[in-house]
Amino acid sequence: MEFLLQPLTLLTFFPLLGVLVILFMNSEWKNAIRWTALVTSLVTFGISLWTLTQFDASNPDLQLEAKYAWIHVAGWNIYYYLAVDGLSILLVLLTAFLTPISILSTWTAVEDRVKDFMVFFLLLEVGMTGVFLAQDLFLFYIFWEFTLVPMYFLIGLWGGPRRIYAAVKFFLYTMAGSILMLVAILFLGIKTDTFNVPTMLARLPDLYASGIIDPKTQMLLFIAFAAAFAIKVPMWPLHSWLPDAHVEAPTAGSVILAGVLLKMGTYGFLRFNIQLFPNATVQAAPWIALLATIGIIYGAAVSYAQADVKKLVAYSSVSHLGFVMLGMFALNAQGVSGAILQMINHGLSTGALFLLVGMVYEQTHTREIKVYGGLWKIMPVFGTIMLISALSSMGLPGLNGFVGEFTILLGAFGSKAIGNPWYAGISAIGVIMAAVYILYMFQKMFLGPAGDVTHHHELRDLNWREIVTAVPLIVFMFWIGLYPAPFFNLIAPAVEKLLSALPL
Amino acid sequence: MTQTDFSTLLPLTILTTWACVLLLVDLFIPKDSKGVTAFLSALGLSVALGFSITQIGFTGTGFNGMVILDGFSIFANLLILTGGLLGIALAYGYIKRMGIERGEYYTLLLFSVAGMMLMAQAADLIVVFLALEMLSIPLYVLAAFARPNLQSEEAGVKYFLLGAFATGFIVYGTALVFGATGSTSFDVILAFASNETPSLLLTIGAALLLVGFGFKVAAVPFHMWTPDVYQGAPTSVTAFMSSGAKIAGFAALLRVFATAFPSLSVDMTDILWALAALTMIVGNVTAISQTNIKRMLAYSSIAHAGYMLMAFVPYGNKDVMPISIVAGLFYLVAYVVTNFGSWGVVIALEKAEGRGLEIADFAGLAKKYPALAAAMTVFMLSFIGFPPTLGMIGKFYLFRAAIAGGYSGLAIIGVVTSLVSAYYYLRVVVNMYMREGDPVVEREFWLNFTTAVTAIATVALSFVPQWLFLMASQAVLK
Repeated sequence: MEFLLQPLTLLTFFPLLGVLVILFMNSEWKNAIRWTALVTSLVTFGISLWTLTQFDASNPDLQLEAKYAWIHVAGWNIYYYLAVDGLSILLVLLTAFLTPISILSTWTAVEDRVKDFMVFFLLLEVGMTGVFLAQDLFLFYIFWEFTLVPMYFLIGLWGGPRRIYAAVKFFLYTMAGSILMLVAILFLGIKTDTFNVPTMLARLPDLYASGIIDPKTQMLLFIAFAAAFAIKVPMWPLHSWLPDAHVEAPTAGSVILAGVLLKMGTYGFLRFNIQLFPNATVQAAPWIALLATIGIIYGAAVSYAQADVKKLVAYSSVSHLGFVMLGMFALNAQGVSGAILQMINHGLSTGALFLLVGMVYEQTHTREIKVYGGLWKIMPVFGTIMLISALSSMGLPGLNGFVGEFTILLGAFGSKAIGNPWYAGISAIGVIMAAVYILYMFQKMFLGPAGDVTHHHELRDLNWREIVTAVPLIVFMFWIGLYPAPFFNLIAPAVEKLLSALPL
Repeated sequence: MTQTDFSTLLPLTILTTWACVLLLVDLFIPKDSKGVTAFLSALGLSVALGFSITQIGFTGTGFNGMVILDGFSIFANLLILTGGLLGIALAYGYIKRMGIERGEYYTLLLFSVAGMMLMAQAADLIVVFLALEMLSIPLYVLAAFARPNLQSEEAGVKYFLLGAFATGFIVYGTALVFGATGSTSFDVILAFASNETPSLLLTIGAALLLVGFGFKVAAVPFHMWTPDVYQGAPTSVTAFMSSGAKIAGFAALLRVFATAFPSLSVDMTDILWALAALTMIVGNVTAISQTNIKRMLAYSSIAHAGYMLMAFVPYGNKDVMPISIVAGLFYLVAYVVTNFGSWGVVIALEKAEGRGLEIADFAGLAKKYPALAAAMTVFMLSFIGFPPTLGMIGKFYLFRAAIAGGYSGLAIIGVVTSLVSAYYYLRVVVNMYMREGDPVVEREFWLNFTTAVTAIATVALSFVPQWLFLMASQAVLK
């Protein structure tokens, strides 16, 4: 019992309870299944808030530890070890927050195999929460790989016409990255004789100092971890799975994919690359900044060229995540805390955009920008919510995106690790480009004369359920945009601790 | 012969006696109720399994050091006997349905199991040879059991010819080892090899033994027979053969090389390295282009032989060898459980005359039979090495042992080929879940039971692998 009542254990595995209940339900009871899933995810969100109340923001260390010996045999010291700190608390909350929203968005969108859908969705939540909480590399790897399975089914079963291609590509692409990480994890595990991250962190400096792990090996390990995370983020040029996965995935899948799964990549850099390989991190920072900058510009440019609105939002993720990477590898307090906040922002605003695109797609079954037009007149509520999300995504002051991007650019300008203000300078152009493609999209779809689809469809404005789905996101966009201090306060001590360990 | 001689071989003796009795009893069982023979065979296996469990913790030698009882052999015996039980459970409905139900099936299976157990307990090359014949000959017959089906007969003949060839290598290798050391007993060989400078004769002898075992476990380049035999043989036989023969082959390989030839590791390690790498690469890459599920699983079993061979590569390194053996044994368990389960699903879909065996025939399975499709998904994930399955834990530990032994390159080949394997294993999942189809499946109790038990075990044991590791650690060869 003591094991189950740990807040973090409960938070991670509570959705499994919902899975069990749903498994015993008749697949014809669609509404009952939906409600069970929704209630489960809401309770999970409640648990995450309870976790937040237990969390001490002034403490930079890992907290609320749940730690038990799991596999202890020859050559293995594996712990079941969950803990949370300032680096992960917001991401955990984001996961628990976005899951009920996504489930609510599927209410009428998913009619086929509702039971399987909800089972996979709740399993996905378990995997994602586990990734953010695991403090043992073996446990982390298990959660990390496990998230692939339900997402693969979500894309492959409820996706668009090319869903099988997209699902397999997603699976193989991501797995290709993680297998190199597996080798690196094993190597580290052997050298430090533990998989437990805090213990590993305590032992690594000696190994580096004594040359048991030489700088070249450290760099190779860094690259092996980075390969897994960079694919997930995705960083240019490893992004090609993302548009396919996003376009084919069902709406809820896209929301979670953009909102949480991509953050697993950036979080991985933060938690593992930067902490485990400090020297390599400093060495690699300019290169990562370069790739991030290319990603920002490339993502924005390609977004503008898209005819499919979902693809546009998908490529905008490449651009936004470029900002996150740039800020993180600025390796100063502003950059890193901006990056963490921007992870949340991206989850909120891009999540909202996917959600909204899904809502209109449900009515019209097309995502081509040019067939829309004049939507605002018919769907004013939808238009307003879309406008706020779009402005949040492009970083308008007063909304969340601005706070994140501004802090990141500030960090990147003054970054010693990047060593060159030009990266930040060029990236700033990305902000302008974002305004271009976002406003272009908004103008084509919502303003002007009615397009083909708008003309020929009996379009209705959002119903109550859809408004309830979208409003929480809007609330947070304003909250972070107007008063970000509480969020920064959660992050700051942990970021400081993270940076103090770097040889800068 | 004393009482201790027999007590070291107690489960084996029981099983062999029971099989002989059953041959006679079977004559009096009417043709249409051969299921009784199946149950009697399973009873024999269970009793042997029971006695095998009571042996846990005991060690000893018997028959003047010809056979040995130790943690390793007990571990292998338990696995082999469990495999035998699963083999009977899979065959029970299948051979009835395919119209090849004859009582000999079960007795042959028992003899083969006995041979496998003897293999695991052998402490002398002559006994290894004896055990090899005892396990192989029933398998040759079983492969051709669906006579006059041409494919099955071809499988039998092919397996027999190539198997006989492999046995020839082993006999010749044994002769050379005897020529070099003057004995066939592992202890004497060990003592000789560690005192004298290694002679060329001994090295060649060991290499020939490796070739022979390579045939048995289907390692590349000795794997050519595998796809044809696995495809042609009745599926229940394939399931048993691809698990049991591998356990026995690996047990013998491990025993012979770790206890008799550690001094040859300088020469052998590179060869084993190449063998493991080749087997993983060729097995996985060739599996991609298969459209028949039996052939695909055949290549996959070749590939998994490659992963298990990884555990042998550092066998001469005293520090790493114990971990490595534990890793190999654990992976063997993971493989056997997953393998039986996946063949069980294949059997459920198979129709008369070899229809229903294309991967495309799995289309739509998830909609009609969600539990069966879920089980198959678990097996495929376990083969890939994905959590939460036993295969994932097994691979993790196996690669860890390889890296600890200083063979990071081999571990990288291992993970990359796992990625390749994901492609063809996922194809089965894609067909089951994402394509439309209307498969018809046999619902038969023992088949469902086996599939369910192995699927649950594959997942559940991955959460509590500790005891299995401890058992495998008990089995480490001294």
